[in-house]
Amino acid sequence: MGAAVRDSLLSACLFTIDRLTTPHSNSPVLSVSDLCKSYGETVAVDRISFEVDANEIVGLLGPNGAGKTTTINMVLGVVEPTSGSIRIRSVDVFQQRSRALSCTNFAAVYAPLPGNLTVEQNLRIFGMIYAVSDLSARIEELLRQFDLVRFRHTKCGVLSSGEQTRVSLAKAMLNRPQLLLLDEPTASLDPATARDVRRCIREFVAAGTGGVLWTSHNMNEVEEVCDRVLFLSRGKILLEGDPKTLPREHGKANLEELFITIAREPLTLELT
Amino acid sequence: MTPRRIAAIVLRQFYLMRGSPSRVLPLFVWVVIDIVLWGFITKYLTSITGSGFHFVPALLGAALLWDFLTRVMQGVTMAFFEDVWSRNFLNVFASPISVPEYLSGLIVSSICTSSLGLIMMLLVATLAFGLSFLSYGTALAAFLLVLFLTGIALGILGTAIVLRLGPAAEWFVWPIPAVLSPFVGVFYPLSTLPKWMQVVSRALPPSYVFEGMRAVVAGQGASASLLAIGFALAVLAILLACLFFVYVYRYAVRTGLIARYSAETVS
Repeated sequence: MGAAVRDSLLSACLFTIDRLTTPHSNSPVLSVSDLCKSYGETVAVDRISFEVDANEIVGLLGPNGAGKTTTINMVLGVVEPTSGSIRIRSVDVFQQRSRALSCTNFAAVYAPLPGNLTVEQNLRIFGMIYAVSDLSARIEELLRQFDLVRFRHTKCGVLSSGEQTRVSLAKAMLNRPQLLLLDEPTASLDPATARDVRRCIREFVAAGTGGVLWTSHNMNEVEEVCDRVLFLSRGKILLEGDPKTLPREHGKANLEELFITIAREPLTLELT
Repeated sequence: MTPRRIAAIVLRQFYLMRGSPSRVLPLFVWVVIDIVLWGFITKYLTSITGSGFHFVPALLGAALLWDFLTRVMQGVTMAFFEDVWSRNFLNVFASPISVPEYLSGLIVSSICTSSLGLIMMLLVATLAFGLSFLSYGTALAAFLLVLFLTGIALGILGTAIVLRLGPAAEWFVWPIPAVLSPFVGVFYPLSTLPKWMQVVSRALPPSYVFEGMRAVVAGQGASASLLAIGFALAVLAILLACLFFVYVYRYAVRTGLIARYSAETVS
């Protein structure tokens, strides 16, 4: 067998292996299709479909009980959809859970890291779970990035809620995720820290190939950070668009007014 | 399976134990108390009966072996409870760690903690009461293996129960060894039991260990075929316990229980 043929066969094999093992880089980071979740008679999420592309921050907005957290929990693989599919980089979350979640991470106010472990211990444990390479260097980088160096040996349980949020965000960044899910990430932060966090997330998106799905009730923040928003009400996506132009398109002065309208009178928008 | 993820669960236990006397002391204190209590009981029985029966290897050895099984079970459940107590389910189960990796992490943690307890039990039983484990011969390895596997199976069963029923259900888990002990004949031959209890005993792997141990003490030697049955039953128990855990985990994901675990129920 000639060397050229052997090399081309080897290349073909390596290409095939790469296609089989590496999620496609040109596919949407997150692809949600006809997603439903019912709890008995209660429909929490009703046939929603959306995508998050690379280098994009998508805001998932809606009043309490709209289905935002249920959607995020389904993307994270901790709640099974009644029907529909969720793909992260073309990998189905419920068929290849570990592979899909290895390029995902999240931070949520309702999921603080164990308070009986120090900041560094928590980051090391989750770094191992997410198979982060050169973990010690990555931890140092994140401790500096989130201003946590002085809390390195402090147990998370004694940190303020804002500091705990920063630790959760550092954990969420450990594996440089392709898909980052943030459920109200700045809810307990002071304005200055919240601004730093927003800058940090924007830099993360600009620097890599990751996309972000972000929930927040702070409409100014959403307008500042998100490239696109999805308005969810009673489990359905009512509106989708650019947060800077969407309010005017629906005759509202700003995003907050639009949000309040959706929360109080979703049917009026369903008809428009 | 990724060894690094399994190591992460073990490392978490190490970090927690390193900084917490309240986690380390129970590994030693309860087993020492048990051995001391049974040590004096055997001494007393030896002194009053004078029958030539070997109470030390029969009773103290049995107490030690049963304690070993209990420690193995608790090693698994305690590592799991750390996630329950620190409300860490969402962080763990929304990560790429798989159920087999997570369970393996709990099992390796249990191997470490139960080994410490076993060493302490052996030291106290040997130094204070003259129990020689060499008197069991090579059968000791089989005894420990069957009890270890059974302890792991009970531990996984216990974690599945708590995952399904919520944090308060841990009170169902602690008494499991006590509920089983009358059936497995820790301190008496199975022939002592009524027929229906003997039927249950035959399905429980530790029964074969304690029957074998008494045979060794009586100078007859443990039956290899009976120990093989005990081993096979213990392996089966682990498989069934793992299947039960996976069933409960899938139920919890399907119903959203993991995401709302503090509610204890989704109904």
